[in-house]
Amino acid sequence: MRRLGLNPIVIALILAVILFVVGGIVQPGFASFGQAMNILRLAAFLGIVAAGQTLVIISGGEGIDLSVGAMITLGAILVFRIGDGQNEQALIALAISLGVGLLLGAVNGFGITLLGIPPLVMTLGMAGVVQGLILVITGGRVEGEAAPALTGLVSGSLVLGIPGVIFLWLLLGGAMWLVLQRTAYGRRLFAVGTNRVTAKLSGVRVPSVLVLTYSLSGMLAALGGVVLLGYTEQVFLNLGDPYTLPSVAAVVVGGTLLAGGMGSYFGTMAGALVLTLLTSLLTALDLPESARLIVYGVTLLLLLSLYGRQKALRQ
Amino acid sequence: MSAARASVGLRLRRVALRQSYAFALLLLVITVAINYYLQPNFFQPGILSGNLLLFVPLMLVAAGQTVVVIGGGIDLSLGAIVSMANVVIVSLMGQESSPSQIVLALAAGFLAGTLAGALNGFCVAVLRFQPIVTTFATSFVFSGLALYVLPEPGGAMPLGLVNFFYTNPLGLPMVLWVAVIVLLLWSLLRSTRYGPYLYATGGRDLSAFVSGVPVSSVRFLSYCIAGLMAAFAALALALSTGTGNPIGGADLMLQSIVAVVLGGTRLSGGQGGVVGSIIGVVILSLIQSIVSFSGAPSSWQTLINGLIVVAALAGPGIVALLGRGRRA
Repeated sequence: MRRLGLNPIVIALILAVILFVVGGIVQPGFASFGQAMNILRLAAFLGIVAAGQTLVIISGGEGIDLSVGAMITLGAILVFRIGDGQNEQALIALAISLGVGLLLGAVNGFGITLLGIPPLVMTLGMAGVVQGLILVITGGRVEGEAAPALTGLVSGSLVLGIPGVIFLWLLLGGAMWLVLQRTAYGRRLFAVGTNRVTAKLSGVRVPSVLVLTYSLSGMLAALGGVVLLGYTEQVFLNLGDPYTLPSVAAVVVGGTLLAGGMGSYFGTMAGALVLTLLTSLLTALDLPESARLIVYGVTLLLLLSLYGRQKALRQ
Repeated sequence: MSAARASVGLRLRRVALRQSYAFALLLLVITVAINYYLQPNFFQPGILSGNLLLFVPLMLVAAGQTVVVIGGGIDLSLGAIVSMANVVIVSLMGQESSPSQIVLALAAGFLAGTLAGALNGFCVAVLRFQPIVTTFATSFVFSGLALYVLPEPGGAMPLGLVNFFYTNPLGLPMVLWVAVIVLLLWSLLRSTRYGPYLYATGGRDLSAFVSGVPVSSVRFLSYCIAGLMAAFAALALALSTGTGNPIGGADLMLQSIVAVVLGGTRLSGGQGGVVGSIIGVVILSLIQSIVSFSGAPSSWQTLINGLIVVAALAGPGIVALLGRGRRA
């Protein structure tokens, strides 16, 4: 695609517009303002979770975080139980939830750096542990209530009919850009992702960068869970599971290299938007589930064919 | 000089290979001992093989996953392929199928699995897509096809076949037969030219390529093999449950990766083997039976299981860390 001078972010955004227009043609009412806000809101959940995934994937070394789904559920459940529908409790509950996400993410980071467990299996194992924690905390039954302030922020409109969560997402986008482009951590992260050995020889403490990265991913997943709770107002034991692999897909569709060292969060935001639009469009078309899954899979493959390809061995 | 260096290299390689499942063997001994402590009748053949029989599908999927991982890839769609082949087999069979119907259904199921693997292989090896996201994308296609063939769990397998699955042919438990056949097939595969090609491809694909290894074909074939193994797993799943389920294979995919890693095969490719993965599956089954016989409250069992699995995965790292500490 470099031939055409298009970067993945632009491709993803063009795709998003095409999907939206196609949706409007095929299904009257799909291209309305209300529906657009709804899709943006759904994309925000995926986008917030994929923020951590972006950092992890940029860090390289086959970096991937498969524990985000379980972390989302845990984050939501903690706020649900501790906050219990009280606005005054909401901030404490939020702090605890994010703190637990940060801590469990740090455990991922230590397992990967200190014990040399491959990220894929470490985070997979962590997903099992977190699933177990959820069952212990809830005993299989989830009781509690979402704080009205949280529901208001996510579902209600803040300004001009735009839900607050979309502003939150844009804020996160700005923060991620600052972190990646304007901080020492961001520079080190790209260095570690490009080449661990050179990064180490240049004085970067690779393990601390990695631990911080996985911690942030855990925290952002917990944040995603809290925000998601404001939308669903209920918690299921597998609330976050449908976000695990799509968060990876959003990052890749957004042009971040799975090999690490290159990528941006704006790309991921566009990727999250494309994937959410695709899901919404397929739902709006009222296809049977089998057809929906097949079309989703094939479209994802086509997206990958645009820019997910690896170098040829024959040069 | 160069011969001496080669033999040193060879010896080092052998030590590394031996170590790759040395830790898995150690874990196996530990988990067996704990099981025996918790259940003194653990070694009675009926109980042991009964526990393990439920893990036959995982064993077959893990074997296929190992081949892909050694070749430098990974397959996240194997669970969906199991589901798809499972419903293909069951929907073409009934409780009173004639032998020819049975053969036809099995052939269709195995073909479906192999073709699914071929699609993965084509995308990864020929089109050069990244394995993780590609097989994630194709898993949607296979899940969709499974739901199309059989929207609701149902159907039935011929009773004779189901009963045969629960027998002990020649006095040996079925799970042992499956393990032995898988290992025989694996050693057969390794004895052909494909074996060294596979390890070379997964180790350093560029060096393999310039040495004349047909890297793309080797990779393509590794996904086909995994797809076929997933179809065998689908048959085992159909026999052990006696019915078809369009999402029956969902849990197998991630478990198969854990089993492969527990068995000492590295995800970076070019190293490891199916023997380790089968030990890995047995360890997973033993961990589960430890948890269920430990008398822990049921809401704690998932957590304990998860913690033991993470501890098992961390084992080699902890040993290395302690070793480094002692030397320092």
